[in-house]
Amino acid sequence: MQKSLLLAASLTLLATTSALGQGVVNVYNWSDYIDEEMLTLFTEETGIQINYDVFDSNEIVEAKLLAGNSGYDVVVPSGFFLSRQIEAGLFQPLDKSKLPNIGNMDPAIMEATAVHDPGNEYALDYMWGTTGLGYNVQALQERLGEDANLNTWDLLFDVDTVSKLADCGVTILDAPNEAFAAALNYLGLDPNSESEEDLAAAEELLTSIRPYVRYYGSSQYIDDLGNGEICLAHGYSGDIFIALYAAEEAGADFEIGYSIPEEGAVKWFDMFAIPADAPNPDNAHTFINFMLRADVAAANVNYVYYASGNLAAQEMIDPEVLEDPSIYPTPEVDAKTFVLVARSPEFSELMTRAWTRIKTGQ
Amino acid sequence: MSMADLQGQADQAPRMTLYQRITRRFGKTAVILVPMSWLAIFFLVPFAVVFGISLAIKKFGRPPYTELLSFTDESSVQLTLHLSNYLQLITDTLYVNAYLSSVSIAATATIIALLIGYPMAYFIARSSDRWRNILLMLVILPFWTSFLLRVYALSSFMRGTGVINNFLGMFGIEPLVMMQTNFAVYVGIVYTYLPFMVLPIYTNLVKLDGALLEASADLGARPWRTFISVTLPLSLPGILAGSMLVFIPAIGEFVIPSLLGGPDTLMIGRILWDEFFTNTNWPRASAVAIVMLVVIVLPLTLMQRARDAVVDGDNR
Repeated sequence: MQKSLLLAASLTLLATTSALGQGVVNVYNWSDYIDEEMLTLFTEETGIQINYDVFDSNEIVEAKLLAGNSGYDVVVPSGFFLSRQIEAGLFQPLDKSKLPNIGNMDPAIMEATAVHDPGNEYALDYMWGTTGLGYNVQALQERLGEDANLNTWDLLFDVDTVSKLADCGVTILDAPNEAFAAALNYLGLDPNSESEEDLAAAEELLTSIRPYVRYYGSSQYIDDLGNGEICLAHGYSGDIFIALYAAEEAGADFEIGYSIPEEGAVKWFDMFAIPADAPNPDNAHTFINFMLRADVAAANVNYVYYASGNLAAQEMIDPEVLEDPSIYPTPEVDAKTFVLVARSPEFSELMTRAWTRIKTGQ
Repeated sequence: MSMADLQGQADQAPRMTLYQRITRRFGKTAVILVPMSWLAIFFLVPFAVVFGISLAIKKFGRPPYTELLSFTDESSVQLTLHLSNYLQLITDTLYVNAYLSSVSIAATATIIALLIGYPMAYFIARSSDRWRNILLMLVILPFWTSFLLRVYALSSFMRGTGVINNFLGMFGIEPLVMMQTNFAVYVGIVYTYLPFMVLPIYTNLVKLDGALLEASADLGARPWRTFISVTLPLSLPGILAGSMLVFIPAIGEFVIPSLLGGPDTLMIGRILWDEFFTNTNWPRASAVAIVMLVVIVLPLTLMQRARDAVVDGDNR
């Protein structure tokens, strides 16, 4: 799950090639979510031109798919959005005879994503990750003490703790599903609960920390964390790593850390799917099959630092990525992660209204 | 004047043949047809579509709202209009507060823009011809870059490690939190819309008859008095035009509060975005848009009237 420099701005990358006549494939993916050399390689090998557009939130993708005629051939929504989109008939089933590389997929990931897409009929995992806490280690230690536990949601949800961080900047994802799941889990409640009582409890918790929140956003925090503008971000794992490497490259005098807090965190899957009205479904299959190739999947993982659903790729993934427990969690940590399921429309309505109330104080 | 006189006057008017009348009327219609069809295609039709959607209710699917017309059996059509979205806008204080807050932010920004823009326009209008063109150029220059980039660039000035705070830091002043506050939003709106304030006022001031100012001075008025009772009233049409050009787009502003504002910046443009994207509630978003149009059109009409009154007063 990624970002772009400018809110909702989309970058169109036209891979150039001499081979014409194979048509085009229009891909809509999260920003900063691919090794762009792979796009050039795809066009070189297949002769298919790529129009590559990027987004920074699931909500935007859903709005485009619901409007229809999006013109995209491949989109990459997250699992819990995907399941209700499948139900609404927004995707076409994958033709697996056109996807010989499907054998590279990790059976464990296929099983996990079947929660969102029963029988893996419509979608295949591209990457997966967690939603946890990214922080500026020095800024936090300065305010909370040298030996403060940085591996807990207390940083965000405990008023005493978060109030000490307000001056250096705290941000929360502008994604009600993520924020409520984290709050419910912190309260010891089922993160997928649809009870109104639980919702009210989570809303109270999120409201109690609002005075200490600098802003609610899904992409700005990457830049801000990387250049020391904020010190604690509720965010997507790979985004925090982008901030981490940005800070390192800039020679910053602080380090960025990422925690999957010990209380547990959301684990999500971003899935390749083909819209029902895709103009070039054949090319879409060719593209997905290419992305499932072990060497291509490995190149992307080494570039974006998210875990891949591709098992065959693992031997080509840099050991430092594969052995990093915040990218590929250890079984103990993995056991504490949980997957979100689609909310009913009625509950979604209540939740989004509560979210607006929290954000605006109205 | 008797009826006969009136008749006589009418007879003196040049007589047109039927053919001339038809071609003349047709010519007028043809000329007006282009802008009218533009307005119909790009304003009325979309407006009608949005209004139609605002009377539906949300449903998850494609399209994400209910149909207004449904065919119950082969011979009857049922029209279902939901008013719930509008009721919600009234009963839920969020929307009312967001509208009020947008109007107040836009009005404050307009006043600030006027206080900065008027002296700028005055100075440009009073400078020599050679300087005037250069100064005007400088006012227009920012338009040569993308609006989005300029707003984004403002954040590099106002952020904690930005230009202003680095400068203050040299004097040992603690960094000020400027980003994600209403202050940043005001800076953004005033900066972006200032040229729209300066240009109409400038156009007005530059046409000001110098003889009037001389007359005022000859009659013993001090410069300040002359400004208050001569220059200012005569430039009122420019002030009103400039204020409208700033106020109207500022009410519905989305980009500036999103990039520079914080959670406390309540503006209707952001509420609309949330309804549309986060909540996928197109009917509610449409209702918000329709009401916003009304909220904007109302002050616009009032200001237009005030302007007309001033202009009429001038002509009398």
